[in-house]
Amino acid sequence: MEWIKLIGILIILVGFMFKFDTIAVVIVAALSTALVSGMSFYEFFTMLGEAFVKNRLVTIFLLTLPMIGLSERFGLRQQAVILIKKIKGLTPGKFITLYTALRELAGLFGLRLSGHPQFVRPIVNPMAQAAAKHTYGEITREDEDKIKARSAASENFGNFFAQNTFIASAGVLLIYGTLKDLGYEVSDASIARMALLVAVIALVLSALSNWLFDRKLAKKYKKMKGE
Amino acid sequence: MAQYIPAILEFFYILIGLLSMMTAVRCFKDETNDARIGTGLFWLILGVIFAAGQLMPYVVSGVLLAVIGVLTLFKQVKIGKIAELDEEQGQRSAETLGSWVFFPSVLLAIVAVVISYTPLGGQVGIGVASIVALIVAMIITKAPPKVAFDDTDRMFQSVGTTGILPQLLAALGVVFNAAGVGEVISQAISGVVPEGNRLAGVIAYCLGMMIFTMVMGNAFAAFTVITAGIGVPFVMMQGGDPVVAGTLAMTAGFCGTLLTPMAANFNALPVALLEMDDTNGVIKAQAPMAIVMIVIHIVLMYVLAF
Repeated sequence: MEWIKLIGILIILVGFMFKFDTIAVVIVAALSTALVSGMSFYEFFTMLGEAFVKNRLVTIFLLTLPMIGLSERFGLRQQAVILIKKIKGLTPGKFITLYTALRELAGLFGLRLSGHPQFVRPIVNPMAQAAAKHTYGEITREDEDKIKARSAASENFGNFFAQNTFIASAGVLLIYGTLKDLGYEVSDASIARMALLVAVIALVLSALSNWLFDRKLAKKYKKMKGE
Repeated sequence: MAQYIPAILEFFYILIGLLSMMTAVRCFKDETNDARIGTGLFWLILGVIFAAGQLMPYVVSGVLLAVIGVLTLFKQVKIGKIAELDEEQGQRSAETLGSWVFFPSVLLAIVAVVISYTPLGGQVGIGVASIVALIVAMIITKAPPKVAFDDTDRMFQSVGTTGILPQLLAALGVVFNAAGVGEVISQAISGVVPEGNRLAGVIAYCLGMMIFTMVMGNAFAAFTVITAGIGVPFVMMQGGDPVVAGTLAMTAGFCGTLLTPMAANFNALPVALLEMDDTNGVIKAQAPMAIVMIVIHIVLMYVLAF
């Protein structure tokens, strides 16, 4: 009956699938797993409390928030827009690659942006669409949609593959904390350095994919113009 | 110097606890929030666990966490009145400050990295860098302390309950580990993965992270389970470097996030925001990259971890 211990995973799967409250789901999953493996309520709460307190490090990024909040108030996003607007003559692919690069850079400096509402909708997509119009003239609705999808994807690539390059990111601290709990004492700086390799590879691949996309568009619209 | 690290970190935790309690007081007083008691309690409990977690019996923290779970389950934690950003103020400030507005963020990273190379280590570095960067930001922007407190409260409330999720998932990992969940998974996997075969172990770890993340929609949650169940027995215990394997496993999980509608914030939200015709358009655009990246992760882990 060892399998019954997986009940916690099942609870998490079902809970996330039905979009129940995440924190409650996690606690219920932990409690059920503890109970089926023979722990008492008292032992469970002690273990949960101890594990949470000992992992406070994972949430130390809260200390970076006051500075980030102030920077936001005093024009962080506005200045980013000013800088982007200075660059002209870009194809959609090149522009989207540039955004991925900037997004990775922001990740390296620990800026936690919720990029889709803040950047992709108001800035990245409109500018990529403008670049397409400027380069190829009118484009089809289908290609417009593809540019939208790429704009959104560039945010996810930049965010996911570069966030762990910052040593105070929740991801790095979770890797550190989990490995430590499993008996591996490692340094968080070495985790961030390893993550940097992934970030660079992801950037190169995005650039390549966007370059191919540009080429496809160029071919298509050149042919249409020629006819 | 190393013997002072726990004390210095404890100081930072107390600081976080105090900031959290400040947000609690603001929430309790906020008449506009219909869940002000619950929201205030959430931040108060969090503040107490951060500031006094080491002084109280652990069982108290555990029960307090369960109270937080009940509060969030009944939707009693909500963002109340916070100091909203002012677009015009931002624009004016961007014109006068220019790119200096990025300086505190850059400074934060530099100081944190520099200290990580000293005996004090990266964690102390983050704390020290946060304080230095905040002071510099206040000098550059000439913001009075009240504005700094307002913005701290705004950021804390907007990070909200999801902010403690990674820490809670780390705790979940500890409970799973103690209960032997990892062993059950590794026994199941060992039927498929030939023992001692490093490449098979690496593939199982990376794909396990990706698939589990796709199902759960959350790489952090997958990480604790899959690392204990697959990573440790099939990669680390075969001599794999934990830093290399662990770091790559996390981003292997993110490859899964790119592929799943379960990660609504990342894949469904932009479809709505950008008014796209194809509801799966973002996932389709990401799929080739995700698949190439997972292959690269397997190769990197196999080559670099051993």
